[in-house]
Amino acid sequence: MTREIERVAGIPVVQIATIVPIMLTVGTNRIVPGVAIPHPTGNPALGPEGDKAVRRELLLRSFKALTTPVTEQTIFEK
Amino acid sequence: MTYRIVHYINQFYAGIGGEEMADHKPELREGYVGPGMQIEKLFNGEGKVVGTVICGDGYYGEHTDQARIECLELIKGLQPDILFAGPAFNAGRYGFACGDIAATVGEELNIPTVSAMYPENPGVELYSKKTYIAITTDSARGMAKAIPSMVSIGEKLLKREKMGPARLEGYIHRGIRKSFFHEKSGAERAVEMLLAKLKGEGFRTEYEMPVFNKIPPAAPVSDLSKATIALVSSGGIVPKGNPDHIRVSSAESFGAYDISELKNMTPENYESIHGGYDREWANVDPDVVLPLDVMRELEAEGVIGKIHPIFYTTTGTGTAVANAERFGKEIGEELKKAGVDAAILTST
Amino acid sequence: MRLELHKIHITGLAFADKTYTSGGTLFINKDKAEAVIAEDKRFAKVELDLACPGESTRIIPVKDVIEPRVKIGRNSYFPGFFAPMEKAGSGETLVLDGAAVVTCGPIVAFQEGFIDMSGPGAPYTPFSQTFNVVLYVEPAENLEKHLYEAALREAGLKLAVYLAKCSAENEWKADEVQVFEKGNSFEETQKYPDLPKIVYVCMNITQGLLHDTYLYANDLKPALPTLLHPNEVLDGAMVSGNCVSACDKNTTWHHLHNPIVQALYARHGKEINFMGMIPTQESTVMDGKLRAAAMNLSIAQQLGADGAIISEEGYGNPDTDLCLNARFFENAGIKAVLVSDESAGTDGASQSLADATPELDAFISTGNVNEMIEVPAMDKVIGCKEAISLLSGGAEESLRSDGSMFVELQSVIASTAEIGFNKLGCEWI
Repeated sequence: MTREIERVAGIPVVQIATIVPIMLTVGTNRIVPGVAIPHPTGNPALGPEGDKAVRRELLLRSFKALTTPVTEQTIFEK
Repeated sequence: MTYRIVHYINQFYAGIGGEEMADHKPELREGYVGPGMQIEKLFNGEGKVVGTVICGDGYYGEHTDQARIECLELIKGLQPDILFAGPAFNAGRYGFACGDIAATVGEELNIPTVSAMYPENPGVELYSKKTYIAITTDSARGMAKAIPSMVSIGEKLLKREKMGPARLEGYIHRGIRKSFFHEKSGAERAVEMLLAKLKGEGFRTEYEMPVFNKIPPAAPVSDLSKATIALVSSGGIVPKGNPDHIRVSSAESFGAYDISELKNMTPENYESIHGGYDREWANVDPDVVLPLDVMRELEAEGVIGKIHPIFYTTTGTGTAVANAERFGKEIGEELKKAGVDAAILTST
Repeated sequence: MRLELHKIHITGLAFADKTYTSGGTLFINKDKAEAVIAEDKRFAKVELDLACPGESTRIIPVKDVIEPRVKIGRNSYFPGFFAPMEKAGSGETLVLDGAAVVTCGPIVAFQEGFIDMSGPGAPYTPFSQTFNVVLYVEPAENLEKHLYEAALREAGLKLAVYLAKCSAENEWKADEVQVFEKGNSFEETQKYPDLPKIVYVCMNITQGLLHDTYLYANDLKPALPTLLHPNEVLDGAMVSGNCVSACDKNTTWHHLHNPIVQALYARHGKEINFMGMIPTQESTVMDGKLRAAAMNLSIAQQLGADGAIISEEGYGNPDTDLCLNARFFENAGIKAVLVSDESAGTDGASQSLADATPELDAFISTGNVNEMIEVPAMDKVIGCKEAISLLSGGAEESLRSDGSMFVELQSVIASTAEIGFNKLGCEWI
């Protein structure tokens, strides 16, 4: 889905998900590894403040991915 | 009742000539011509070749639209129950013509069509999914097997008989997976395959790994503080009550919802209906799948321009790849029309 | 280790004044059996029903299927659940072969399924061939989902053990005794130095509510891969707590019968040296997947394995675990065959796995989960027939007013189970 949105709209799309190999296989270009399958953009185990901090870090990293030129599939790790 | 069979062949098999006659225009002859005789014979009185349509390979290749229309008209006039085209073996232009006319007739007249080619014939890649292409050798020396193979497939299609896997029926598969009951259990087959593999013996994998399309990455966003960013998710996050009945699995649709008034995702307004993961955390706070709360903070801080008012959502479990691609295209088109600069997609 | 399965062949079911077996029929005192389960106050309602092969009966929604068994002389089974914590796999076990306890009750989550005892849906599940004692329950009001799941899971095991125990307490005679005997890997390798060493990696869904698996009553989710003697697997060490999508469910019954374990065992000492089974996780985090694959390989390498069979449970994200296992094993020189189903879409035209890797060159298919089947109305429905609208593979439109259904194979229990019990597979057309 990510690849098609990018292709048709011509805009950068960053995907936040846990299973990095699948994203690589299906052609996602900008990848941010998620926390866990049931909660990719948060970590409730850390309590409400910790959870939000994790979310903020992931989103800031996603923005970095969106503003970085890439020539091939790239994983943006911490 | 006898089936009305129409046969399509090129100038060579019609006995008109070789390469020098490749520009032969579409022609109709009554009854069978050349290899068509064998087709009729194998139908054993149940079918009759009522006419043969002949076209030069060069003519079909160079004036395809024209040739297609002309041949279709000739074929239509015969009111066929089935069309056989070829066999083309490894002849590229002939394979192209056979595939093209078979696909066209199949679609326009809604009758079964059968051709026959060597797997490397260019006609295969273009038309294997739109007709049935029996597998042949690479030259006309395989004629003796090719015709019976075409006829066997054709008869089953006409009689709407249950068909087995493509490899057993003798045609090039059309890219579709179908479940069949084997003689042995999966466990038995697995052990047998392993023993063969260990001994270095040949074995046939029951599914070959696919190769995926990649696309060149889109250019980055130049000024994030002015950018409109859309949120998309395949984590099944939907308005409470799932008003559009998006399926919990094998999604056939996606939803588009206005979040312009929302500051964050809460269990009062949103829930997860995705059947493929434990929704415990998502239903306590959907922001852990669709991070709206912190996105709003970042929007207020001016880090990004704004969040696109519409958010797109579907369920990513068991979703047919074809559907996922379709959703991607449609969502992409909407984002393009709306002038969105970038998107964040979250998956579970 | 030597295990003897003393099997009574069950060919009929009936309610009676007493619970016992005779002449192949399992007789059950309904009230007493229900009372045993109703001791658990987490249930507001407990009811037993019977479903035999060939009947026009549908059971929906199904959670688990368990074979009635008990250790002879000890009246217990399933270590950690209804037997003391101890190693399974030796001694004598009484088996009511051909009977099954099927647990049923209002939906816990989306993944439960149905069983048709006759008609076009029957060939897709092994349980159209078993004599089923259906345990239908309703949870106490406001019973939290995780507690409901646990209560029903335990109740199914309890009833299965109870039925076998009652049979053991009355006169009985085994119709068949199946023996499983094998030493440890060192002993066997000394006996058969030239036979290829084979391990079986049994992947289990370990991902949360209704997606969990238990080894010696221990949740496998936070655990690590380990090595089991095949006798342990065939004698109740593994219990299912999941319904990944009904089609993929390796029920507790499937674990007891693990067909890959049995197929390898049958060739042990003849064509192969079967080293044992590695039960392993399918984690929800990337590190967990990598860790499991690395440790699966490490155990196999320590055993000197030449080859491995690896079976999946589920589809989607576990396809990545499947591919990681294939890649790691093949790159280490251990020849692997992988068993999995396909999610090729209702039209069969979609890509079958969510992930792929070139090293996965030996694949056994257990069918397309999305394939549609048409099943007619059944005269009797045990459970709640409207549940189909909430099951994976079904939708509101699936159930027609006349009771017939047009659904995906996904919603039929164990129709594509990747532990390899069925004969279903996919081919190209």
